[in-house]
Amino acid sequence: MFKYLKQLTSLVAMVAVLFTFTTESMAAKKSKTLKNTQKKGFVRCGVSQGLPGFSNADAAGNWTGVDVDVCRAVAAAVLGDANKVKFTPLSAKERFTALTSGEIDILSRNTTWTLSRDADIGLTFVGVNFYDGQGFMVRKSSGITSTSQFKNGISACTNIGTTTELNMRDFFNSRGISYEPVAFEKADEVVAAYDAGRCDTYTTDKSGLAAQRTKMKNPDEHIVLPETISKEPLGPVVRQGDSVWEDIVRWSLNTMIEAEEYGITSANADMMKTSDNPQIKRLVGAEGEMGAAFGLDNEWNLRIIKQVGNYGESYKRNIADTGILPDRGPNELWTKGGILYVPPSR
Amino acid sequence: MNFKLKDIGPQLITVLAVVLVFGFFTYNAQVNMENRGIDFGYGFLSQESSFDVQFSLIEYDGSHSYFRAYLVGLLNTILVSVIGIFLATILGVLVGIARLSPNYLINKFAAFYVEFFRNIPLLLQIFFWYFAALRALPLPQDAEAMFGISFLTIKGLFVPAFIWENFNIFFYSIVAAIVAIIVIRAHAKKVQETQGKQTPVLLISIGLIFILPLLSFLIGGVRLSFEVPVLKQLATTSFIYEGGVSLPPELIALALSLSLYTATFIAECVRAGIQGVGKGQKEAAASIGLTQNQVLKLVVMPQALRIIIPPTTNQYLNLTKNSSLAAAIAYPDLVLVFAGTALMQTGKAIEIVSITMFTYLSLSISISLFMNWYNNKIAITEK
Repeated sequence: MFKYLKQLTSLVAMVAVLFTFTTESMAAKKSKTLKNTQKKGFVRCGVSQGLPGFSNADAAGNWTGVDVDVCRAVAAAVLGDANKVKFTPLSAKERFTALTSGEIDILSRNTTWTLSRDADIGLTFVGVNFYDGQGFMVRKSSGITSTSQFKNGISACTNIGTTTELNMRDFFNSRGISYEPVAFEKADEVVAAYDAGRCDTYTTDKSGLAAQRTKMKNPDEHIVLPETISKEPLGPVVRQGDSVWEDIVRWSLNTMIEAEEYGITSANADMMKTSDNPQIKRLVGAEGEMGAAFGLDNEWNLRIIKQVGNYGESYKRNIADTGILPDRGPNELWTKGGILYVPPSR
Repeated sequence: MNFKLKDIGPQLITVLAVVLVFGFFTYNAQVNMENRGIDFGYGFLSQESSFDVQFSLIEYDGSHSYFRAYLVGLLNTILVSVIGIFLATILGVLVGIARLSPNYLINKFAAFYVEFFRNIPLLLQIFFWYFAALRALPLPQDAEAMFGISFLTIKGLFVPAFIWENFNIFFYSIVAAIVAIIVIRAHAKKVQETQGKQTPVLLISIGLIFILPLLSFLIGGVRLSFEVPVLKQLATTSFIYEGGVSLPPELIALALSLSLYTATFIAECVRAGIQGVGKGQKEAAASIGLTQNQVLKLVVMPQALRIIIPPTTNQYLNLTKNSSLAAAIAYPDLVLVFAGTALMQTGKAIEIVSITMFTYLSLSISISLFMNWYNNKIAITEK
């Protein structure tokens, strides 16, 4: 009897080990990126070379911004610590190659979601974390208050390798205005050249204009014109071919937005576990099996909210309180007149 | 048999290794691209580029193809390289000779210039000249006219455009002058060799190159007029010059920094070349009654050039390749336009980078071949 018991326990143990092994690594097996990330112990995230509010490093090398927070959320979900992120600053030109070549695993770098980028170049856009549009900045002293006052021969500074270059052409062409495009590789040089007077106008996404304006010698001398000439939905991007990783990044972002919708913040997330609302309970890992499909535990979303905060907190901390764009505009929840609307976590 | 195998064995292994390494990388790239759903192909070159370029030598806008954009970038690279090589050579030769000057001030000034400019990274110099120029140059409305017709402003150098009538006649007159000079030189050489008589070839040449084009104006019906740039107001404080030709400040800054940097190396080549000719050679030449000019022209320079040309070729190649730093200051060269914007818009990284590499390789090899030909031509032939 005793002999059999011993054999039985070892059998049970073996089966248990086998089961835990299979349940734990089912998704991990499917997702090479997840497995690699957990092995390395950090999330490899591509960000901008410095765009206040979106991804910007301070003097001590700490990255902040709404784009940065997406990567931090993924790190919190996958590794349990929002600080376990390795940031790689990339120029607009380098960003997609860095992602497709496997140098980074998430590209969260104010990148516009377009058909050709999604379909052509081996990328998958997972969502939108900022709804933007292209605008123009001019010097106040020029007396220009609307793009309708632009005349033939105007020179426009911008970045290469962006949708901005294409939109600018569409805009000036459709109005029959001849213009001089002056395109730099790095944003800092664009700002420096425009600030020095090389160009009459500086064009990029309006959030970018607002952020770069803070870097000018005298920000009050410049205004952003009211017209928006394009749709620029900015969001995180992953490599094509790893659907589990894609889902993890998508739902990390969705969790942040939905948490705001249900009033869950970094401060009250733990208390929300005992909420009466099953939707809230699912968002803090107190009901349902919301992590198993990703190969994660059940509190992955709770960690995101606790360590990074909900979308509203991230926006306030990075964009509103820094004076870049105090008004959330379209980036307000759909319940409050904006267009932020994500599918439910259930 | 065995002996032969031993001979070619290592070479065979090397070739095999190279082929295998290339094969591995090609295969690896193919598999990875397939996994990520990236197509490989050069078909995109004929698609519409849909982006504009600031400065172009050929007609181009976004409705042209990516191939045309490639040509625009290539021509801009060639333009800045040619200007750079031209200026660097003149400056380099002057400074190289100045370093040998017995005049203390000239000598030391040249030495200071060489040491200063060749020891600062080129990218920094490009930034310096570009942003220093941008800060220092006046806005279009504040610019003083140079010679009453040209304006150097923060938005570029605006010069009058030449408007020709019967340009082809003028062009033919120059061609005729050049042909005549070549014929006269050959004839003068023959006269010198057979009769020992010298002809004033230089004077005749200068005369021809001026007189023939002048005649084309007087009796050939050639007319030249200028279109002077005119200030135009865009907004209260925003102006631009219209008409004439405009050179962007990016081109000027890039050509300036490239030539200032490369000239230091060329100056050292020139100094080495001249110092490499033995003192006895000059003394011997003087002793057989050659004049100072003849010593330089017939004895020193032919021997010095032999030393100067090969390292100077390297500098020409460096300058051409360094011109790719243009991307930093928005000069639309091959790297900025093609390996930059076009790469971004199409996502064809491997195709575009390979074309760009091949293009630079071809450019460098062309320069190299030309300089080798020139080097062989001036090489001393033992008789």
